Amino acid sequence: MRNFIKWITSAKVNKVLCIITFMFVPLALLTVFTYIPFGKMIGFSFYDMKYIGDREFVGLKNYAEVFSRDDCFKALKLSLYYIAASFVQLGLALYFATLLSFKTKGGGIFKGLMFFPYLVCGIAVGFIFKFFYTRGFVLDTVLQWCGFNLDNLPYWLKDTSINNISVAATSVWRYMGQNMVLFIGAIMSVDAEMYEAAAIDGAGGWQKFRYIIFPSISTIIVLNLILAITGSLSVFEPPYVITGGNFGTGTYFVIMDKLAHASQKVGLASAMAIVLLVIILIATLLQKLFFRYFIGEGEHEAIRAVRKRKKREALAAAGNGGVQS
Amino acid sequence: MNKAKMKKLLWAIVKYATLVFGSFVSVLPVVVCVITAFKSPEEYAETNVMTLPKSWTYFENFVQAWKQANMALAFRNSIIILICVLFFSILTGSMLAYVLNRFKFPGNGLIRNLFLFASLLPGIAMQVSVYQIMYSLGWINSLFGYIVLMCGTDVISIYIFIQFFENISVSLDEAAIMDGCTYFGVFFRILLPLLKPAIITVMILKGVGVYNEYYMANLYLQNKNSFVTVATSLFKFTGPLGNQYNYICAGVILTMLPALIVFILCQKQIYGGLAQGAVKG
Repeated sequence: MRNFIKWITSAKVNKVLCIITFMFVPLALLTVFTYIPFGKMIGFSFYDMKYIGDREFVGLKNYAEVFSRDDCFKALKLSLYYIAASFVQLGLALYFATLLSFKTKGGGIFKGLMFFPYLVCGIAVGFIFKFFYTRGFVLDTVLQWCGFNLDNLPYWLKDTSINNISVAATSVWRYMGQNMVLFIGAIMSVDAEMYEAAAIDGAGGWQKFRYIIFPSISTIIVLNLILAITGSLSVFEPPYVITGGNFGTGTYFVIMDKLAHASQKVGLASAMAIVLLVIILIATLLQKLFFRYFIGEGEHEAIRAVRKRKKREALAAAGNGGVQS
Repeated sequence: MNKAKMKKLLWAIVKYATLVFGSFVSVLPVVVCVITAFKSPEEYAETNVMTLPKSWTYFENFVQAWKQANMALAFRNSIIILICVLFFSILTGSMLAYVLNRFKFPGNGLIRNLFLFASLLPGIAMQVSVYQIMYSLGWINSLFGYIVLMCGTDVISIYIFIQFFENISVSLDEAAIMDGCTYFGVFFRILLPLLKPAIITVMILKGVGVYNEYYMANLYLQNKNSFVTVATSLFKFTGPLGNQYNYICAGVILTMLPALIVFILCQKQIYGGLAQGAVKG
């Protein structure tokens, strides 16, 4: 009898014990390094404060400043460069992924060479491109080989008409290969029989791309396009490591970082973070709705498809009815 | 027929030309770095950056970069950080995934959503207030503090583990429980060994991230004399050394070497891991 009680409690107790112990560390870390800071940040955004010393409650003044200062909210317009860059990046990635998923001599080497930049540390990328863009150095030399005159070339990182493009291009350089590998993975997961069937039907390369590859990976493409938009709002690394945000290349987060850690305007920086977070949340929500409507999520069918089907069914039913009567 | 052949040939030319061009652009910035790293200071000052070095055995720049950036210490610290972070984050991440996947309990969905929401919070922005917490914990300039901070589980690893658990039959657990195994035993003796492919994937994804992480390392390990990491060792080259690109390039190459070696050795796993991380990420 005693053993029986022991047995019943131990199994249950064991389960509860397991749940608690296994979740304790990750949840503790999540609380301490994500949710407590998140809560604190919301609090900070209402104060005029530094990391150490007195703080003064200022209400919504920080938020007003985010929208009125020249260097804060307006920095978000630089995101357009990065959105454009990520579209170029995805286009190139899709192109090379398609090429490399067909039989290609030396395909592995091309893939490796184009992928490797992804593994380079951010700081190293910064140095590599500072060097690359320096007056008379790598890029200028290559362009001179192509017949350009050095005097007609801009200062890639200082000229405000071009430097944002130069910086955004480095992120294409770094992440194109990674996107390409993702796309190759998605293309490879398409059933090989589809290609064989298409080949028998006499489909050429373009037709294979248009009718087999593209439709089967359109979800991952759309997903990446959407991620590119939210990613572009929070760009930090390329300008931070290459120009330090000087010469008008300071994106929203670069400026926030400067305000927080160099000028110690913690309240203002927190308000900036919260504002962008709200924008990102709204964007994410819209993406979710978009996905649910057009593509469908997991097991669920897309709402648009369901509607179309229902409409068709209704029409068919009405048509049948018409014939019968 | 002839026309079709022409078309095919033309397409092949376009295809390989673009591939070569793409690869050229991808490696050019790095190749120039290698070239520059082998030039003596005089040679660097006199020749064009694209001119090949006189000697490919001039290692002085590497020696200098190694010394000036204190890379021996940097590699030691990075290895310690990498081993600790990978070990603990994989252990805790897989444990969490096990609980979330195998047990139904109130709060299961909430916890998943908490991790998902956390992934939306931009990490850089969060450091504004995380800094204050690290400060009050006394974890500024503490390797331990930095490691703990980096051990936080990210949603992608959890999803990779959960996905993997979904493909392991629950009957395996049940049979073990019948045989008198505890839930802890089920995890450590039966499931953890089966989880190897997922662990490798997470190791690669997380490993690349941790090895290259420099923002938080710079923020929380400010004392570069004792807490430099491989990524932050390069900060040494900003400031007065900012124009001596022969040293800088040598330093850059040195930090890139481990990544290059790992990449050459486990290309397949890296590609596979990325593809897997993307499906859910």
